[in-house]
Amino acid sequence: MTAVIEETPSAPAAKPARDHTPVVITLRIRRYLPDLVGPNGEPAVPFWQDFQVEADPTERILTAMHKIKGEQDGSLTFRRSCAHGICGSDAMRINGRNRLACKTLVKDLDVTKPITIEAIKGLEVEKDLVVDMDPFFQSFKDVMPFLITSGNEPTRERLQSPEDRERFDDTTKCILCACCTTSCPVFWTDGQYFGPAAIVNAHRFIFDSRDEGAEQRLEILNEKEGVWRCRTTFNCTDACPRGIEVTKAIQEVKRALIFRRV
Amino acid sequence: MSSTIENAPKIYGGGPSIEAPRSKRSPRSTKTNFELYSWLFMRLSGILLVVLVLGHLIIQLVIDGGVSRIGFAFVAGRWASPFWQTWDLIMLWLAELHGVNGLRTIINDYAERDQSRFWLKTLLYASALIVLFTGTLVIFTFDPNIGQ
Repeated sequence: MTAVIEETPSAPAAKPARDHTPVVITLRIRRYLPDLVGPNGEPAVPFWQDFQVEADPTERILTAMHKIKGEQDGSLTFRRSCAHGICGSDAMRINGRNRLACKTLVKDLDVTKPITIEAIKGLEVEKDLVVDMDPFFQSFKDVMPFLITSGNEPTRERLQSPEDRERFDDTTKCILCACCTTSCPVFWTDGQYFGPAAIVNAHRFIFDSRDEGAEQRLEILNEKEGVWRCRTTFNCTDACPRGIEVTKAIQEVKRALIFRRV
Repeated sequence: MSSTIENAPKIYGGGPSIEAPRSKRSPRSTKTNFELYSWLFMRLSGILLVVLVLGHLIIQLVIDGGVSRIGFAFVAGRWASPFWQTWDLIMLWLAELHGVNGLRTIINDYAERDQSRFWLKTLLYASALIVLFTGTLVIFTFDPNIGQ
């Protein structure tokens, strides 16, 4: 797995002993409680709430949030599943950057200031940090993220050379956390753009030598809401917690389209 | 629940399969390549415009006394040559279409309602037509003796 560049790079010459002195951090969380309607039935409005919590510098933000939910405010709502950076459930905007709460360590953030945590942008917030992921998964489904073949099925596994496998290795790492798509300014505008995650997963099959559905997928991504809306702002590449070169994958799909069509 | 032939779980990927008759592989879509061509046009016209516009600016503003020598006679002198007429014509069309295409994507991004999107684009295309028409007309019908 590729390492992600952290906010405060710590590159000491000699490896120092880990500092486990607990620090008190402030998490400034953007809350949205849909049941919190006004006295005259006004709809609930989001608000920022500060929580003070003691944390070991080597702990993750997710641990601190669990502490808040367990000890201070049980109504704090967020998704998490594996808590080890693989399930992709706990994507959130921490200090203005999309990341996984389970892969963000306290020591990598500036703890002298409140750490802001809010829901990922561009998708409808349902409660606190939980967003409606349906549009995101719909565009994922639209690119047909499964093996398409024709003819007889082989009686053994479909073999592939290491070089052919290497061609799409980067895009197999996607965990569908939505960090990339919800960091994309084009996706923010109207949510119609397929988004980086869907293109990454199309790329994974388009460049797979065993797959025969590349033409269909390219056709889908050639549409109005496809790859041509990408402005190469690299927000997706910066946001990806798996270190996938997302923008590069999108450019490769563009190149495939140009050299097949023109 | 006991497993019978009727409700036995279906096994996928087992034996050979026959494709449905007349099912086309990779159906040719009726969709156009418009977005592809507009994307390519932006890149190619951009490269050309760097040369055309920078050349234009240097000739007009820098060499031979710069901006102070520009007048009716200067323009008339340049447009007497088909080379500069072609230069200006290509620059006019590329710059206008490049700008229009850029604004088109911005309108697509930021106009929230279909109505505003439609009217903004109508305005944009109308202005482009006027600029392209009058600009082309001037280059082709320019009369250096108009004042006499």
